[in-house]
Amino acid sequence: MKIQVRYFASLREALGATETVELAPGSTLGALREQLLARGGRHAEVLARARPVRCALNQVMSDETAAVPDGAEVAFFPPVTGG
Amino acid sequence: MARRVRIQTEDFDLAHEVAALQAGDHGVGAITTFTGTVRGGAVSEMEIEHYPGMTEAAIDAMIDAAMQRFGIRAAQVVHRIGRLRPGEQIVFVGVAATHRGVAFQACEFLIDYLKTQAPFWKKETTAEGARWVDAREADDAALQRWGIPSVNG
Repeated sequence: MKIQVRYFASLREALGATETVELAPGSTLGALREQLLARGGRHAEVLARARPVRCALNQVMSDETAAVPDGAEVAFFPPVTGG
Repeated sequence: MARRVRIQTEDFDLAHEVAALQAGDHGVGAITTFTGTVRGGAVSEMEIEHYPGMTEAAIDAMIDAAMQRFGIRAAQVVHRIGRLRPGEQIVFVGVAATHRGVAFQACEFLIDYLKTQAPFWKKETTAEGARWVDAREADDAALQRWGIPSVNG
């Protein structure tokens, strides 16, 4: 299945704003992060497990155990710093 | 009720926002506001990025939570994006309620919530260059006071 992945702030600067990703049905957000990490390069660097990366599924803050539905919009970003 | 969340590049006017919170509701007996501004010092410029769509929905849900929790009558959040200079206004949180106690509480609740759960990111420019601002654990602690778990920072 295909999903849309968006990046914000420092992750956007490293990886670009958006990309379409082919993902196995039933995958969780954690599995998606692992798949992106496995590409190596900048993805491995900024999505590294040691880094505090947050994620949203269809524009709602989610944890990595959430299952990703077909056609989903997933976003990865650093901890938020508004206000 | 008028739209409760605005994300904009333009500045906002406190008096106008306060008047709008009260407009047409004579049950309002207390209005509290919080205004966040860009701190100067080493910082010469600040740039704010957000996640369009999610930001508005997330803050709208926070206002729903504040309405339910504190029984307030109205709330408005305005958050600016783009490039800002020291002294400029960044964020406005306004609450209208029947009495002052819940108005103060709900205002603090909303800014604590926004700081750790709304998708905004700040980038500061100093003499050494531009860098993304790190999240503060103290902001998580502020939200946890309200019994809401937060692991942002």
